[in-house]
Formats: sequence, C-alpha cells, structure tokens
Amino acid sequence: MTALQTDRRKFMLGSTGLLATGLAVPAWARGESLSHARQGFGEVSGERIALSVDRHHFGVGGRKGHAIAVNGTVPGPLVRLREGQNVRIDVTNKLTEDTSIHWHGLLLPFQFDGVPGVSFPGIKPGETFTYEFPIRQSGTYWWHSHSGLQEQEGHYGPIVIESAEPDPRYDRDYVVLLSEFSPRHPHEIARMLKVGEHYFNYQMQTASEGDMPLDERLMWGGMRMNPRDISDVTGATYTFLVNGHGPMDGLEYLFAPGERVRLRIINGSAMTFFNIRIPGVPMTVIAADGMDVAPVEVDEFQIGTAETYDVIVRPPAGSHALVAEAMDRSGMGLASLTSHKGHRATPPPLREPVTLTMADMGMGSMDGAHGGTMKHDAHGGMDHSGMNHGGGEASPAMDHGATDHGAMDHSMRDTSKLPPDVKVGPGIDMVAPMPMDRMDFPGLGLDKVDHRVLRYTDLKAARTNPHRMPTRQLTIHLTGNMERYMWSFDGEKFSAVTDDPIRFAYDERVRVKLVNDTMMAHPIHLHGHFFELVNGAGMMDQPLKHTVVVQPGSTATFDVTANEPGDWAFHCHLLYHMHAGMMQTVTVRPFPAPEDKA
Amino acid sequence: MKARALLGAALMLAAAPLVAQDHSGHAMPDHSSHQQEPEKEPAAEDHSKHQQAPAPFVLPDMTGAPKMDHSTMDHSAHQVGDFPEGPPPPEAFEGAQHAADAIYGPAVMAEARATNHATHGDMKTGTLMAERLEARIGDGEDGYLWDLQGWYGGDVDKFVLKSEGEGAFGGAVEDAEVQALWGHAIGPFFDLQAGVRLDIEPDTRSHLVFGVQGLAPYMWHVDAAAFLSDRGDLTARIEGEYDQKLTQRLILQPRAELELAAQDIPEREIGEGLTKFETGLRLRYEIAREFAPYVGVGYETKLGATRSMAKAAGNDPDGLKLLLGLRAWF
Repeated sequence: MTALQTDRRKFMLGSTGLLATGLAVPAWARGESLSHARQGFGEVSGERIALSVDRHHFGVGGRKGHAIAVNGTVPGPLVRLREGQNVRIDVTNKLTEDTSIHWHGLLLPFQFDGVPGVSFPGIKPGETFTYEFPIRQSGTYWWHSHSGLQEQEGHYGPIVIESAEPDPRYDRDYVVLLSEFSPRHPHEIARMLKVGEHYFNYQMQTASEGDMPLDERLMWGGMRMNPRDISDVTGATYTFLVNGHGPMDGLEYLFAPGERVRLRIINGSAMTFFNIRIPGVPMTVIAADGMDVAPVEVDEFQIGTAETYDVIVRPPAGSHALVAEAMDRSGMGLASLTSHKGHRATPPPLREPVTLTMADMGMGSMDGAHGGTMKHDAHGGMDHSGMNHGGGEASPAMDHGATDHGAMDHSMRDTSKLPPDVKVGPGIDMVAPMPMDRMDFPGLGLDKVDHRVLRYTDLKAARTNPHRMPTRQLTIHLTGNMERYMWSFDGEKFSAVTDDPIRFAYDERVRVKLVNDTMMAHPIHLHGHFFELVNGAGMMDQPLKHTVVVQPGSTATFDVTANEPGDWAFHCHLLYHMHAGMMQTVTVRPFPAPEDKA
Repeated sequence: MKARALLGAALMLAAAPLVAQDHSGHAMPDHSSHQQEPEKEPAAEDHSKHQQAPAPFVLPDMTGAPKMDHSTMDHSAHQVGDFPEGPPPPEAFEGAQHAADAIYGPAVMAEARATNHATHGDMKTGTLMAERLEARIGDGEDGYLWDLQGWYGGDVDKFVLKSEGEGAFGGAVEDAEVQALWGHAIGPFFDLQAGVRLDIEPDTRSHLVFGVQGLAPYMWHVDAAAFLSDRGDLTARIEGEYDQKLTQRLILQPRAELELAAQDIPEREIGEGLTKFETGLRLRYEIAREFAPYVGVGYETKLGATRSMAKAAGNDPDGLKLLLGLRAWF
C-alpha cells in the first residue's frame, strides 16, 4: 500500500487549478446522489473498487443535458491499477435501464469483458455486478459502457496500469481523456443520423464553398456520395472535452521546465477522430493502445476513436496549447500545458474542412504526400489515373467495362468483386474497386501538413513478438450505406448474425484483412486480444494494438493469435456505427481452453 | 393504348436510373432474414457460415501460394502478403453455441441477446415531414398546398404515409389525398412502395399504388408511382427535386412533377396521355435543419388532351405562382 501511495503522489490528474477542488471533495466516491455531475474525475485504486452508475445533469460551455455519471463525475473515475495485482470491481447500477462496463484493452477472462449479450447478461437496474480478474499488463486503457448508447452520455473513464518495474522514462504523468458532450439525447442523435440527411454537417460543399471543380462535383453527385462526409456527428452538437472540460474551461497541465511529461492520450469519444498537436512542442510516441512501441518523434498524430497513445514531451517554459482538433475541423478540445499556473495558451485556429479524394473511394493508391484531388474527366479518366498512381501493376480486378459505359457507378458498386460470403443488399452502397493498404496514410486531412505526422508504418513494437506465420487468412469487408445509415461487416448487421460468429481455434494464428468498402474511416476494435498490425515492420516487430483504423476505401491487415478463449465482441468503435449493426462476435474455441480443463 | 405505352415508357424512364445503378440489389430479393444461402457456399471461401465443422484444414504451402485477392495490389513499401483463405479448424466449432451460456445460463443470455438486437442493427425509427406547406399567390385566386410525408420502420421495411392537397383561400379544399404504403428497400438508394391511396376531394376514390422512391444519381430525390383507381383508371406521377446548397443553410431547390393518364377521365377533366407538368424553384433558409421557411416560384401547365379539355371549359391551362412556404419536419 505504501508503494502505491507513493506512486500516487507522483501521478497527477488534470490541472492543478481545477484539480485542487477535485482532490478536496472525494464525496462522490461514497455514492452520493448529485443532481449535477462534476466535470473531470477522481481516482480509484487498490484490490477492491466500487463504481456506481447513476443519472445526472451535465453542462459545459453553455450546453446542458442529461448525462450518465459514474461515481458522480463525467468522465468517471480513473481506475488505477498495478501490473500483477488482482482486482475486484463492484459496479452498481442506479439507472432505470441495464448497464455494463467494458474494460477496453484489458486482457481478462471473457466473462468479465462486460459486453451484454456476448460476454455476460448485463447489469440490471439496482443490481451490483462484481468483475474479478488479475492484471496481466501495464499501460494506458479506458473503460466504458457497452449498453445501448450510454457511452455517449458520459459513462466512460480512464484506466492506468503501472508496470511491475519502475518506469524511468518520465517525471510527470497526466491523463488526457478526449470525448464529446452533446445536449441531445443519444437516441435522438441516432434518429437524426437515420432520418436527417447529413444533419450535423455544416461543412458541405456549396455553390460558394469548396474548391472542387465542377466535373468532380458532378462525379461525386453521380455516385450519390458526399466528399465532405468526414464525421457523422460534429461540433454542431458536440462540445469536445479534455478530461470532461470544454475548450473554454481553461484546463491546465502544469510542468516545470526541463521535465519529461508523459501524456496518456485516450480517445474516449463516441464518434470523433482527433488530430493531436502541441504547436512548438514535439511529441515522442512511446506506446500505442497501451503497448510500448519504439520511440518515434512527431509533431502531430491522428487518434481514432478508442485508440490510446502515450507520448513524452519536454516543453520549454511557457504555455503551450494542447490541441485535439476534430478530424472534420468542426471544433476542438483544448487544454494548456503550462509552466505558469493560470496562463492559458492561445490555440491555433481550426484548419480548413477536409475533402475526400479518389483514394478514399478505393480508386487506388495516391501516396499521402501528394494527396489532393486528382484531375480527370468525370468518367473514363478515373480508372487510369488510379492505376497510374497505383505503382504500375495492372490489376486484373479493374473494371474496364465501366469505362466503356462511361458510368462511374458501375465500378463504384461492382458487387461481383465481393466474395460470396458478403451479403449484397441495400446495406451496401459502394464496393471499393481497388482497395489499397494505407498503413502509411496519416489520416484524413493530415496528408498535406508540412510537419511530421505519425503513420501506422512508424510504429514498431518495443519488445519483439514471437515469430509465427499465420496459417490462414480471413477477409472481412466493412460495408455500409451512408444514405440509409446502415453499417455492417460483410453486409450483415450484428442482429442478423448473433448465432453465426467469426470462429478461431484456440492458439490459431490468423491474418485478418479488413477491406473498407465505405468512404468513412472505421476504428475496428477486437476485445480481449492484442493483434499485430501488418505494417511492414517485420513479423517480430509488428506493433500490438486493440483498435485499428481502416482508412476509407482501403484495407488494413493484422495478425492475431487467438489465445483468449471465449466469445469476444469485434466491432467498429464509432458508437452509432456499432449501434447500426457494425459488430460481430469472435469466438475462440474450445472453451475452456485445453490447459484450463485439467 | 398509345397512352398506355407512353405511360409505361415514362415509368421505365423513371426507373431507369435505379435499374442501371442498382443492378445487383434490383436483381436480388431481400435476404435479410436468411441465415445462409447454400447455393453459393464454396467451402474454401466461406469461413463464417459453417455451422458444422468442415474437413480439417491443411496447412498450405506458403512459398508458392497464389494470391487469392487480386483486387488488392500491394505497392506500398512494406509487404502485406496475402495468405490463402480457409475455413477455421474443427476445434473452432467445439462447445456450446454461446460461451457465456456456460457461465451465466442459457436463458438469461438468450434474453440479453434478444435485447441486443435493437441496439445493434434493428433500430426502428421514423419521421414526419412537411415537404411543402405553402401559399400560392398568382393571377386570380390565391391558394394553398400541403405535401406531407412520414415513415416509420427499419432499414429495409417501412410504413410510409403521404398526403397532398390544395385549395383556394376562403374556398373549399379542391384536392386531397392520403397514401398508406409499405416501403421495401430494393437497392442501396431506392425503395419499392406499394399500398393504397384514398382521394377525399374532389370526390372519394381509392387507388392501388405501386411505385419507387429514392435517390437517383446526381442527388435527385425521385418519387414515381402508378395508380389504379377503383374505376379501373390508370394514372401515374413522377416527381424529382434537388437541393443545391448556396450556403450551409440557404438552399435552392428545383422541383419538377409530371402526371400521366392511360385513358380519359372526363369527370376529373383529365385526358389520355401526359396531363400536367409542374415545376418550381424554392429558396429556403434552414433556421434549423427541421425548420426552413422558403420563397419560390411555381409554374404549372396542363398538357395534351387535358389542356384542350381545360381550354374548352374556359379554364386557364397555365399558371405562374409566387410561393411562400415552410419546410418542416421532426
């Protein structure tokens, strides 16, 4: 216990300014019912932890609405653990509906993974459910509800697991938990996505806005696609939060000049990818999704929903803006990293809205550096330009027939390119004609910036992985229909395949290739496992992750050793995509595993 | 009969975009409730569909393995090799259908799975929209018009309600109809709609309705339907509209509507052939997405035999109107 408390002193939460009150009032920990959830979070640790889920009000920057707070705060408390310990967590549901907590990124017995209907029945109103598992890892993770749309309402929080050995890489340690708050009820947001066309998008191309030439506009219109379809839900309803604080709240992270500050950046949002940068301060990425990577210095990186990155910064004296710009540039989360208490840094302005390109349609490769929209005529030119940039190798899958017909639409939804196990129907509005691996793509809108941006190809595992070749490949198509707001894997919603899971044999090593047949980036999360990104790092240096962003119209591939028996959720971590059905069960059999049977 | 052919051709024309674009969806019936389709299940490809354990999987020879997925070209600097696809090994099929059943009991887990469906794909929702709620000001008498549409349902099947009508201010309602339709997605962008239409004015009459509605290429919203009345009269209506954003909230909407009849309907002063063409340009401002007042101009003209009938009756077959209205929904 002494060791734990010593460590806790070293570990600092949020801003001192805001935090001073936070530490002084831990009353919420005893489950008091508050009418208004507090912004920011406290901390729980040890071998017995109690969490209480209750309904509250929440307000930030003039926007107010309902929230679900855990232990009275939004976000809920930091769960701080130590590698090698055991933990029992009692979760009490004070809502009038079922709830759950999923421990995102934690290796644990599947029955404590917290996904209602997959790993356990859920927690009924008034009930307390006890999670109990050993801590087998260290790093930065998070937890959130896996019931309905509760996560959007504030039901999430950070997890920090300290390594068994001391970590000498930093002097200060901060959590940077990114999320959103909307005054609208998430069911209403879900309905607007279904019935309102681009309801939250106020950055569409108009007669006066956007520099796309007319022929390209016609081509996009001809395909019934919107090149400004970057984010489904935007700053039009979201206030972007850092540790529960809005951009105007003046959240501060204090440091002394010369100190190495570890920032544990967690994207705990429901729907938002963020571009993270601290202008003037380079960041050294030391971990991705909780797992250490070989240090790599960058000036900016994009973090997909549900990903985490740990960075070390050594800022010069002064106040520096920690900017979490929404990928679609409709708003930002903001905090100050400052050596002078009370000095707010001036944030840079939001950058120009992002416009999708040919590569995002799966029309072939354009390397990130030269990105941009390609000039071509509205019809035939397209296929050829895609090929030219593709590196010269002619693809047998190219649909030359489409060129002859002069209709783009044929090649943008040629369902004959799909394998037979993909169910073709109204839920598929596009088939990427020439999907490319884009592990080297830094993220929508970051391919043209003039500083160093992290790419998946920059990530290398800090510790070498055992060398094992996969014995088979599994291809999964990410499918959707933007107009109808339908999302699925292989054309089938989770509700249709509940009894037909993706099957792995225990200890089987499989190469999983995700083909994104949509024009949105999807953060795909596998529960209970770490997979290795096939990013060119070499089989033994492939970085371990629990979530991979599959870029629009592209493929992403990972190798996974299925060594955690049981049923696990596998889904797009964009909350409303999952809600629409973009989810499956991955089952690892036999269960229990052979050695457990003894 | 010529008119029937013309009507048919026009309907074909309206349906052409979706035939052209959505060939797969068009050709395929909906399989949403089907668990699997045995006829297209090559064992080597279909990894997830097998309920039974397949033959043991043989470790392939990696060295000479051909690329299975030709649609992907790996030109990036790094190598993303493809491995042969195959079914999972037999042990992947061992044990109970759902692992959690063994821990928490099958009954409680079955209940949880059932609850899950609504929150993972089977959400039902709906909307009600007043597409046009307007005053029409022109030569002669000023009138009003309503054009409402609503739906409730899931991704594939919906209940659709439509109502249209018009009248003169201070006068009686001249035309009023209500449609109750079943909508069924037949492709990514189009729904088939079938149901009934009840005319309340000018006289009570019922119709069977069969049509398509959806989004045509170049973002035109299209609604085309044929109506068979209880007296055996066949008519049709095709309408399209397009939203051109001038700014994020100021939207210019051209709209066109064409009506056809397969025979004379004298009591409604409708002649065989093309009967009416209506076009309009509306400029709306979205104070909120759900609430947008507009101004516009509308022009309508009677065509063919219908036009002659109108003229013979001493009615003006053309009309230009100033439109003041509201587009609102929730």
